[in-house]
Amino acid sequence: MKYVTEFRDGARIRPTIDEIRRTVTRPWTIMEVCGGQTHSIVKNGLDELLPGEIHLVHGPGCPVCVTPLETIDRAIAIASRPEVTFVSFGDMLRVPGSTSDLLRVKSAGGDVRVVYSPLDAVRLAQMRPDREVVFFGIGFETTAPANAMAIRQAARLGLRNFSMLVSHVLVPPAIVALLSSPENLVQAFLAAGHVCTVMGWTEYEPIAARYGVPLVVTGFEPLDIVQGTLMAVRQLESGRAEVENQYTRSVHRDGNAAAQAVLREVFDVCDRKWRGIGEIPMSGLRVSGRFATFDAERRFPVGEVTTEESSICIAGLVLRGQKKPGECPAFGSLCTPERPLGAPMVSSEGACAAYYHYGRYRVAHA
Amino acid sequence: MCLGVPGKIVDIYEVAGLRMGRVDFGGVVKEACLEYVPDAEVGEYTVIHVGFAIGRLDEAEAQRSLQFLRDAGFLSTELGDGTAEGGL
Repeated sequence: MKYVTEFRDGARIRPTIDEIRRTVTRPWTIMEVCGGQTHSIVKNGLDELLPGEIHLVHGPGCPVCVTPLETIDRAIAIASRPEVTFVSFGDMLRVPGSTSDLLRVKSAGGDVRVVYSPLDAVRLAQMRPDREVVFFGIGFETTAPANAMAIRQAARLGLRNFSMLVSHVLVPPAIVALLSSPENLVQAFLAAGHVCTVMGWTEYEPIAARYGVPLVVTGFEPLDIVQGTLMAVRQLESGRAEVENQYTRSVHRDGNAAAQAVLREVFDVCDRKWRGIGEIPMSGLRVSGRFATFDAERRFPVGEVTTEESSICIAGLVLRGQKKPGECPAFGSLCTPERPLGAPMVSSEGACAAYYHYGRYRVAHA
Repeated sequence: MCLGVPGKIVDIYEVAGLRMGRVDFGGVVKEACLEYVPDAEVGEYTVIHVGFAIGRLDEAEAQRSLQFLRDAGFLSTELGDGTAEGGL
């Protein structure tokens, strides 16, 4: 497949890894922000091919993983209402809430459906005027424009039975939160290529300057990741701290102007709690006042939600890059993709699920 | 979630006021919203995420990435190097 196969070519990847080996003189800790990159790294064993000095740690860029427990519980409460058809991306169905999950709501007779695109939910609302169609709008800046367009389209069509439970999160404030922590070990970042396809990288320039960290906008294929790593290592070894772009075939400095315009129209920036990390100021998006009638939180007040996390799961430490999945006492035993204790074991982008699916289970317990 | 798949625009049309099109992912064709790539034309490659094109793919830049080390003068010597490790 064009733009995929050639970026998975070992004959191109190996020389890049050799060049990293020649460049590196001391240990460096580099975080890949996006769960899609984590998946690609673990699936292809890139972390094991890199020289031992390069320590790749996995970041919080798994939207399913960081969606706050309160929001999952709220989604479960809304989905349980008899008049509601609850529509979601598939990854969210098995994410554990305090006492249940959306899949259990479905098996108990709730109308919970999985779609490929948020526009499918708008179409469903058009076809079923007798149902309250609620879409679970989660994700980073990559996904937010699609969800914003769904709300705008529902408004344009005059739909009264469509709303969205929005829990969008933004990458730059999360990077600042990680860098501001006294426990931070990360010396450089591979920034998420598709987030930057939408947003560009101007927001990262003051972060690189203020914290003295290299940020390399990086794609998702194995060749992208080793190239991004080489660019980060070259910066670290030469004492530079700049924003560089490896993913040039998709990302421009200013990003996608059309998508940003609709984001600004439909959403407002707000403080947001991240599951496993805590509240990060100005790190989320919520439905703006103009589109308030499409905000499921306002349409279906479910009152105060009391939450309860698993006491064993170390998802928060994994999401902050401070622990690897195999260091969790529940990994692969009490916690598996079939019976997850924490969200990173559920999502295809979660670090725990990636380690489990690609055989790091045996390594972790050896 | 942030998975984006490269696909080639097969045709462009309008549905309920939205710029839509069919996109070919190496033989699998699906509909996508093209509102965010207002200048993209039939035959161009885009990155598709949750049914939306979020950007156009630049062929010249893709070639530059594939030539990354060759441009820097490394690849020509490395390709013949049988000592390179790796299981990819």
